[in-house]
Amino acid sequence: MSALTAVEQRAPGGWQIATVEAIRVETPRVKSYRLRPPLWMPHLPGQHYEVRLTAPDGYTAQRSYSVASSPLEEGVVELTVDRLDDGEVSTYFHDVLVEGDQVEVRGPFASYFVWRGESPTLLVGGGSGVVPLMSMLRHRRLTALELPMRLLYSARSAEDVIYADELGADAVVTLTRSAPPDWNGPTGRIDAELVARVAYDSGPAFVCGTDPFVEAATALLLAAGYSPERVRTERFGPTG
Amino acid sequence: MSGGFVSRGFGGKRRAPDDLRDRLPPGQYLEGGFPVLTAGPTPTVETADWSFRIDGMVANPTEWNWQQFNALPAEEIPCDIHCVTKWSKLDTSFRGVSLDTLLEAVEPLDAFAMAHSYGGYTTNHSLEDLSDGRAWIVTEHEGEPLPREHGGPARLLVPHLYFWKSAKWIAGLRVSDHDEPGFWEANGYHRRGDPWQEQRYWTD
Ligand SMILES: Cc1cc2nc3c(=O)[nH]c(=O)nc-3n(C[C@H](O)[C@H](O)[C@H](O)COP(=O)(O)OP(=O)(O)OC[C@H]3O[C@@H](n4cnc5c(N)ncnc54)[C@H](O)[C@@H]3O)c2cc1C
Repeated sequence: MSALTAVEQRAPGGWQIATVEAIRVETPRVKSYRLRPPLWMPHLPGQHYEVRLTAPDGYTAQRSYSVASSPLEEGVVELTVDRLDDGEVSTYFHDVLVEGDQVEVRGPFASYFVWRGESPTLLVGGGSGVVPLMSMLRHRRLTALELPMRLLYSARSAEDVIYADELGADAVVTLTRSAPPDWNGPTGRIDAELVARVAYDSGPAFVCGTDPFVEAATALLLAAGYSPERVRTERFGPTG
Repeated sequence: MSGGFVSRGFGGKRRAPDDLRDRLPPGQYLEGGFPVLTAGPTPTVETADWSFRIDGMVANPTEWNWQQFNALPAEEIPCDIHCVTKWSKLDTSFRGVSLDTLLEAVEPLDAFAMAHSYGGYTTNHSLEDLSDGRAWIVTEHEGEPLPREHGGPARLLVPHLYFWKSAKWIAGLRVSDHDEPGFWEANGYHRRGDPWQEQRYWTD
């Protein structure tokens, strides 16, 4: 790596080779990767990184992944990757990468779907859409616990709940496909009643997931009194 | 820089066929579907309420309602589109009115324009990128009325730039003497967004 000026080090532009420091299994389909890039810079909760994979013949694949960690975890970028069976990059993460491997990244990027300390803040996530929301939740827990923030999170089944051991009173989880006998939370897709339970009269809502999830959730928020300006969305993929 | 880095154990699964490879800008992959990308809720705009207006630094500010707009000469636009989130869709088509036709009616006096949409979205362009048969206001996609989630009733189409530059639910263009960042451009994305130069973010 050639020497970079102070400004270049701070600009989120350049590709860099990060080391995979730790891998955590979150669910049967989801793992989290703690990456350590040589030129780390703090991100805003909600921002994403780019990942680039390069084959020996020079062929490359690039995808975006949201940061899951709080920027207070200095030096570290945690990405959480959902494995798509016929996916190119997500299967590489799951099936190939091991601790100690290197992966090329650049970031952090984009400044719209980010939490800058607004409150009260509602987070609505479906599946791996919870990842950028978790960065917001984690950061708020570390910095300003007094700011109201709630997460409404839709997962398929109890074993598909990402970050399960970190979700507390500030999270409502609904299970859409199956629930264990001892489950006493809500089941089924997010509906008007669930939205009414978590909605605030003011402040933004961050909605993230697949496109159909985001469409359904934003329609419910608008019906519950959120104005379009209060609703920010991020869409990860075309299908559920 | 990281020239020469190879990802251990990566073979690549989504290589484009040889004959299509030179139609994919760097960092893009082929997508069969038509994914949706929108910053907020999807607006509903009825054609009865829709109009398209060009104003600002122009000799003849002009507004077309749906009926007037549909009376303008339209053309079929076969094209490839490239989204900054990495997918590219090849050999798709739209139908609409060339911006050359619309700009000719208003006679622009300056070189830049802000496209603005129902719902508040904006994106900036140079008029150079909007002229010479490279930009349209389109109302159909592959023979069907443009679906709401893809910007219906009408969107801007500028296929030689990343697709966020093709503003959905287009309401108008305001011509001005300077280039100001639009919505995504103010939020970390490149001012111009040429996929062939991989202009994704501010620093690219
Ligand atoms: C800003 C942004 C942030 C993102 N953050 C995350 C994140 O934190 N965690 C994460 O896991 N992913 C995230 N994604 C999605 C990620 O970038 C990839 O699209 C995803 O990992 C699939 O890539 P792939 O190479 O494995 O599959 P590909 O080879 O690209 O796709 C395989 C097939 O699956 C389809 N497909 C693509 N996405 C999905 C989907 N979500 N569901 C179902 N089918 C799909 C494709 O159309 C294709 O046919 C984010 C995307 C964006 C734009």
